[in-house]
Amino acid sequence: MNFGVIITALLVLLLLGYFIGRKRSVTLSKERSQKLHSLPQYYGYLIAFWSSVPALFILLFWAALESSFITSAIVTQLPMHLQQLSVDEIGLFINEIINLSNSALIVEDEVKRQAVSRYNELIEFSASIKSAVVFILAFVSMFVALSFIKPEMKARNLVERLIRWAMIGCASIAVLTTIGIIFSVIFESIIFFKTVNVFDFLFGTHWSPQEAIREDQIGGSGSFGALPLFVGTLLISFIALVIAVPLGLMSAIYLSEYSSPGFRSFAKPVLEMLAGIPTVVYGFFAALTVAPFIRDLGESLNLSLSSESALAAGIVMGVMIIPFVSSLSDDVISAVPQSMCDGSYAMGATKSETIKQVIIPAALPGIVSGVLLAASRAIGETMIVVMAAGLSANLTFNPLEAVTTVTVQMVTLLTGDQEFDSAKTLAAFALGLGLFLTTLVLNIISLYVVRKYREQYE
Amino acid sequence: MNKNTTEIIKLKLAKRYAKEKRFKLYGISAIAVSIAFLLSLLINISVTGLPAFQQTYINIEVDIDSKLLKLDSQYSEQELFRANYSKVVKQSLKAMFPGVKGRKQKRALRQLVSKSAIYQLRDFVIDNPSVIDTKQSLWFLARDDVDVFMKGGIDRSLPESDRRLKDFQLVWVDKLLSENRLEKRFNVSFFTEDDSREPEQAGIKGAMIGSLLTMLVTMLLSFPIGVSTAIYLEEFAPKNNKWVDLIEININNLAAVPSIVFGLLGLAVFIGLFGVPRSVPLIGGLVLTLMTLPTIIITSRAALKAVPPSIREAALALGASRVQTTFHHVVPAAMPGILTGTIIGMAQALGETAPLLMIGMVAFIADVPQGITDPSTVLPVQIYLWSDSPERAFTERTSAAIMVLLGFLIVMNFLAVIMRKKFEKKW
Amino acid sequence: MIDIEKREEFDIEIDKTVGKPFIDDAKFSTRNVDVFYDDKQAIFDANIDIGKNQIIAMIGPSGCGKSTFLRCLNRMNDTIQGCHISGDIKLDNEDIYHKHQDPVLLRARVGMVFQKPNPFPKSIYDNVAYGAKLHGLASNKIELDELVEKSLIRAGLFKEVKDSLHKPGTGLSGGQQQRLCIARTIAIDPEVILMDEPTSALDPIATAVIEELMIDLSKKYTIAIVTHSMQQAARVSQRTAYFHMGHLVEVNDTNTVFTNPEHQLTENYITGRFG
Repeated sequence: MNFGVIITALLVLLLLGYFIGRKRSVTLSKERSQKLHSLPQYYGYLIAFWSSVPALFILLFWAALESSFITSAIVTQLPMHLQQLSVDEIGLFINEIINLSNSALIVEDEVKRQAVSRYNELIEFSASIKSAVVFILAFVSMFVALSFIKPEMKARNLVERLIRWAMIGCASIAVLTTIGIIFSVIFESIIFFKTVNVFDFLFGTHWSPQEAIREDQIGGSGSFGALPLFVGTLLISFIALVIAVPLGLMSAIYLSEYSSPGFRSFAKPVLEMLAGIPTVVYGFFAALTVAPFIRDLGESLNLSLSSESALAAGIVMGVMIIPFVSSLSDDVISAVPQSMCDGSYAMGATKSETIKQVIIPAALPGIVSGVLLAASRAIGETMIVVMAAGLSANLTFNPLEAVTTVTVQMVTLLTGDQEFDSAKTLAAFALGLGLFLTTLVLNIISLYVVRKYREQYE
Repeated sequence: MNKNTTEIIKLKLAKRYAKEKRFKLYGISAIAVSIAFLLSLLINISVTGLPAFQQTYINIEVDIDSKLLKLDSQYSEQELFRANYSKVVKQSLKAMFPGVKGRKQKRALRQLVSKSAIYQLRDFVIDNPSVIDTKQSLWFLARDDVDVFMKGGIDRSLPESDRRLKDFQLVWVDKLLSENRLEKRFNVSFFTEDDSREPEQAGIKGAMIGSLLTMLVTMLLSFPIGVSTAIYLEEFAPKNNKWVDLIEININNLAAVPSIVFGLLGLAVFIGLFGVPRSVPLIGGLVLTLMTLPTIIITSRAALKAVPPSIREAALALGASRVQTTFHHVVPAAMPGILTGTIIGMAQALGETAPLLMIGMVAFIADVPQGITDPSTVLPVQIYLWSDSPERAFTERTSAAIMVLLGFLIVMNFLAVIMRKKFEKKW
Repeated sequence: MIDIEKREEFDIEIDKTVGKPFIDDAKFSTRNVDVFYDDKQAIFDANIDIGKNQIIAMIGPSGCGKSTFLRCLNRMNDTIQGCHISGDIKLDNEDIYHKHQDPVLLRARVGMVFQKPNPFPKSIYDNVAYGAKLHGLASNKIELDELVEKSLIRAGLFKEVKDSLHKPGTGLSGGQQQRLCIARTIAIDPEVILMDEPTSALDPIATAVIEELMIDLSKKYTIAIVTHSMQQAARVSQRTAYFHMGHLVEVNDTNTVFTNPEHQLTENYITGRFG
């Protein structure tokens, strides 16, 4: 029985449970001429829950662990020489077995044929056991729950408690996600740093991950110097901020202090459209239009420009984050109390003097936190740089040259067909760790500053 | 104030007003620059992409000769399917241009029509077996170079070596044109075909279905989880509780974590640990769910917060429980806001590319996915893949795909705005 | 049911301003001033003179338009969208709403102190120096130092803050903040100071200090104060104007207003029959 059928069956059971539970409570109440504590549907909800949800969890749990159990079961049955292969090679072998079992091809190799038939047996066995376990559990829990139903049972309170726990469970997913991120990058990074020295990674100036594969992952330490990537990331992010901060801030100031309501209601959504455009579109525009334009412009000024210059990617990225800066600045500027501005106007200050000398200093913490968030956005931005920045890791601060970034390298290392545990893929996770930590620090500082700022004016 | 001070102030006023004017000018120019960039992006994409909605077709007198097809008088369906249609097309082209000599030119002649012509002919013959041994005038897809020429993308004045179409090919094209055998029509196949290595055959149907399935998974997971989380945090969570604080900090932080990091999570946890297959809408949907959750949670909380406490107090005072109050009164009142937030979250997810590259949705897939566990790609990734292709005809298709993607996003955002306007309540 | 439309205490016809609204040697004089917020009229035909080096108090129940009227005098209402004014307001016989009149210059001449102390997010020193720097009143650092010190002394704050001039102004107590705002205002040496309920956010001791300061300042400046407290008006002002629902009901010497009001509404208000 496949997954979809089981799920459908459980849903049917859920409905059934609801009606049985509801009916049972009403019958019981009549038999014993006793008033129900809660409305009948609450008894229905309760039975519906017990008749399907525990079984559903078992099903999902089973599905999540099935493949790794089957894999290890196959591996233990393999001849010794195959068991001693590296993790990668075993992974490849297993993949082949799975593909073979899915196709109708006749397998020549004896070992493989056995493995395939064993795989098929295991899958079938697992499927039948799985449906048996799931349905037995569903029925047992349904009947046990039914036997607990009494008119005086506080069904509503029980249902509400279940709802509350379900909501807590949902809310905890955010924490689980963070934990998941941390673990997924940390474990792979630890393996990576066993082969590559942390300091060589952080401060090494030579980045060419390809060599590691050729030299059989031994001499990798020299070629995983990520400094050029960090510098490239910072360079492009810096260009982006140089574009986005003044433009975003001035737009926010104009919209909140000068513009008529009519113009504001037109310009604000238009600016927000910039944030709604997918980054892949910006990337395409940067590569197709902006980069050639800047190169031609440079040529007309007798500058030698790479067609993948940091400048083009940085400018487009800057435009992309204008709305972040402007909407965050707009929020904090509007939060500056009107009485403070009135004080300045009453002294005979002009609008711009008030903005420059009272509003901006008052809103500065908020603006700074907006800039930090924008910086974190720029550092983590991927598609624009993948499509418009280069792949060659040059250690340079010259915006006219091509540089590469952390995210570009992560994409390059992880797309394409390589094994999961090669130094190349591990390097991507180490870069991911660095990226996550950097943005985490920026986000936390920014959230802290903005919270302090809000408290100040509330 | 003595006259002196007034004079001092008056003296400097002109300068101060000039500064004021300049400052205001900076503001308006900042907005102007942003809008100009947006416009140039949209115009640029439209100008590049619009031609892709038309496609050049070529008319050929096809002699469907059973000998060329290698069919006997008695043929099975399988034989009909495997018949040599390629030869028929080749011969028909030769018949139209009798003077063509040499291997190179012959090959070039074949390349006037798309490779798909063979399959088109095959389907035509299978559907109408009576056409065998007759002559038919049929329209086929033209090859991308011819298409680019027809749309004005090839300059005749360039030296021959710099042109994709050589002089002798131009002669053929001119002949076809004079016989009205070349025609631009609306490009239906762009919407009904899957990805292909040949630009003239490539369409976005596969990517659109992939996006649809991925969005379906994302929506089914992120809406209930996100809304429950928001309801819990806004209505039930105890204040000053460590766990609740931790959840809140996490949500705010996740909203700003780079999307590519979610891709790593999907790769290591969902694929590596739980064995979810690569490249399928299911894994894409899972990753995008985690990415969209913060947006949905934050906007839903704002919507719930906007429901005035008096509503809650009124329900509680009538003897409703907290859960009943929340689900009967507060949530329905906040629903427009919650839905708006969900649509915005979905729009974000629809345009997201980077994390999907990490989980293998970047592979070339020429089949329409049938379910959430079939390998597929999504619209933004398709755009990324095509943008990498050197052919001129792909640039045009990339832009067209972007227009389709932006079209979807505009519709979604428009829906969100309408929803907000229509159901917005003033308390 | 209570019929709020028919309350004899304040349902009284207001024909025109009674008492002595006009005086000789006026600093400010307003004639036929109407103020509208969009379509809603907030002030109806206000005619009043404000005397030189005097304190005039404006009293009346909430929403009577006294603050709106005060904000017309230095064109602070310009900053509110949808607010427009008709009629004449003259400062030293110049129409302040004339199109050649500059609001920046006007506000330098007519200072204002607000209900809630609103020091800028700067140091005490910079708060006081703000106006002088804006208008370029001090040509060098020494002059500026002198000006700041003088203004703080004048506002009675110098002793308390002389050691913390470079600490933020927002760190002071409410009363000190309000005196800082007064110091900031007098640093540019205005001709008139408008005060919009300057003590309503302060405790009685701080209030007393500010009131003393007002009386002291009135020797040099013309002061118009809006207040919620009739007692405060009686304590500090020479003349009092009573506003009611946007109408200027009565203007007279403070003594007369509080002992022998001419209009029934004024009497009802000061005797506490409504308010």
